[in-house]
Amino acid sequence: MKIVACIKRVPTTEAQAKIAGDGKSLDNAGWQYMASFYDEIAVEQAILTKEKLGGEVTVVTLGPSAASKEVREFLARGADTGVILKDDHPSMRDPRATAKALAAKVKALGAEVVFVGRVATDRDHSAVGAMLATYLGWACVTEAIGLELSAGKGVAKRETEHGVETVEFSLPAVITCNKGLNEPRRASLKGIMAVKSKTIAEEAFENVAAQVTVSKVELPPARKAGRIVGEGAAAVPALIEALRGEARIL
Amino acid sequence: MQNFRQLDYLHLDDSLSDEEKMVRDTVRAWVSERYLPIAMEHFENGTFPMNLVPELAELGAFGPTTPPEYGGAGVNNVTAGLIYQEMERGDSGLRSFVSVQGGLVMYPIFAYGSEAQKKRWLPKLATGEAIGCFGLTEPDFGSNPGGMLTVAKKDGKGYVLNGRKMWITNGTVAHVAVVWARLEGKIRGFLVEKGTKGFTAPEQKHKWSLRASITSELVLEDVHVGEDSLLPNGEGLKAPLGCLTQARYGITWGALGAALACFDEGLQYAKQRIVFEKPLANLQIPQQKLANVATQISLGQLMALHLGRLKDDGKLTPAMVSMGKRNNCQIALDTARIIRDLMGANGISLEYQVGRHMCNLESVNTYEGTHDIHTLAIGQELTGLSAFR
Repeated sequence: MKIVACIKRVPTTEAQAKIAGDGKSLDNAGWQYMASFYDEIAVEQAILTKEKLGGEVTVVTLGPSAASKEVREFLARGADTGVILKDDHPSMRDPRATAKALAAKVKALGAEVVFVGRVATDRDHSAVGAMLATYLGWACVTEAIGLELSAGKGVAKRETEHGVETVEFSLPAVITCNKGLNEPRRASLKGIMAVKSKTIAEEAFENVAAQVTVSKVELPPARKAGRIVGEGAAAVPALIEALRGEARIL
Repeated sequence: MQNFRQLDYLHLDDSLSDEEKMVRDTVRAWVSERYLPIAMEHFENGTFPMNLVPELAELGAFGPTTPPEYGGAGVNNVTAGLIYQEMERGDSGLRSFVSVQGGLVMYPIFAYGSEAQKKRWLPKLATGEAIGCFGLTEPDFGSNPGGMLTVAKKDGKGYVLNGRKMWITNGTVAHVAVVWARLEGKIRGFLVEKGTKGFTAPEQKHKWSLRASITSELVLEDVHVGEDSLLPNGEGLKAPLGCLTQARYGITWGALGAALACFDEGLQYAKQRIVFEKPLANLQIPQQKLANVATQISLGQLMALHLGRLKDDGKLTPAMVSMGKRNNCQIALDTARIIRDLMGANGISLEYQVGRHMCNLESVNTYEGTHDIHTLAIGQELTGLSAFR
């Protein structure tokens, strides 16, 4: 089975947000990067699928050449090959442009199932997975927390406001992966040593014009300093009064 | 606990390969997630987290340079050094466990063992299925191992061992002990298996250093071992010393790990702790302490990396390793003491790492050749004259 996992290189959680001079983007000076948290779950599910059903896992990303660091990490964990659709200005793309580029690559690879994270932790669109399925004309299961795949079909579990839903679908399909679906593994030393025998291809892609562009970025207002109203049980009346009167949440 | 940020003042990361960095970062993440949350508890209880042994094996921490045909990953020596550094960022006890298994048990079996001994033990030691220990030091012979009293006598087709070893990491939990004994006047290595009649390994308790590491005595009373327990290809003191060169190389990196942990903790503390209405880090004496420590660590990092590259090129000498071990242990011990001081009363709390490292580093400075003995080894290399013989 040809399996694809799509990943995105995002700033680490420690990166400080600062508005760039153009007022439309963030200043990325000094940032460190990592793979988006939910994409780690997507790659793990791809590797688990390969281990169960056989096949080959290709990790695909749109991003700069430097994303090879994140791709290599997944090759060390057990993915077979990597593809970087080279894009030096990933912040200019909208989810549609990303989904179109990924769809073309998924088709070219002849994949039967694609795993993506439920959301990228930088832009929070939650859109690429569903759009990718639409462009491919495939089944789409979003925010999966459980999955069983067999020949030609699958059963997934999704968590909703009303409880856990079990859904059946046919392959090919795009699955967007949520926390709880699996526990991503660490790379082993032997896995890391095996990376040099695997390939990461850098390829061009057809970058369609973005239909949605960012016109302005503002940082959230700074949080006001807290106030200590007293200590121990004696402070409770003052605290309740403050929550009623000042905060108006009681 | 805040995320660890490694001091890299001289941008030495640029001198590491992608593979070396990936191994380091993988081990670093493991130590942060799996070891550090339980480090204080094991230090206080005087226990080693044996449940982590399979994970250490999976990481490739046991004998990482061992060739793949014997179950290792066959990495270069810089990569191995980085693994030791990250392990000791967790705790010197954790790094000791890994160093003994790799440098002091797998290495002598690999370097001096028969093909049958290698095939039997190395893969099991690499997976952590078997634990090993190394018995050289005796109650009365530490810096002068050549004076050892443990003897082996030929007995029919095998040997009989008698003697005592002390300060043996992992002795109590080891499935196999590499025991050095005098056979017909020459020092030879023997593989003694747990459960052999006359062989016991009681734990040495009441340490205030390396508490999260098992330290044992090895008692050998008329222990009969087979002919195939003798390591056939190593003879004389140079055989165990060859193992110590491996382990000392690991300590050169490991001690840096402890120093880096202390420095990072001290730096973050100094930036957050407010005294006289400003951060501690804004005062001159704390800044001087941090500057001094950062400089020493940077020198130590240069030395470790250079020694590693020399080792990979086959150009490393034991005298160079003496300098690395001596220097980096001193740097680490100084760092721990200075940062402990910088952190005031909090520095003595096990809620912070620095006190634990400071206590551990007293052992690290002492074992595998004390600071003073390495001073004399360097002196001998420089002058051609031995001050200890």
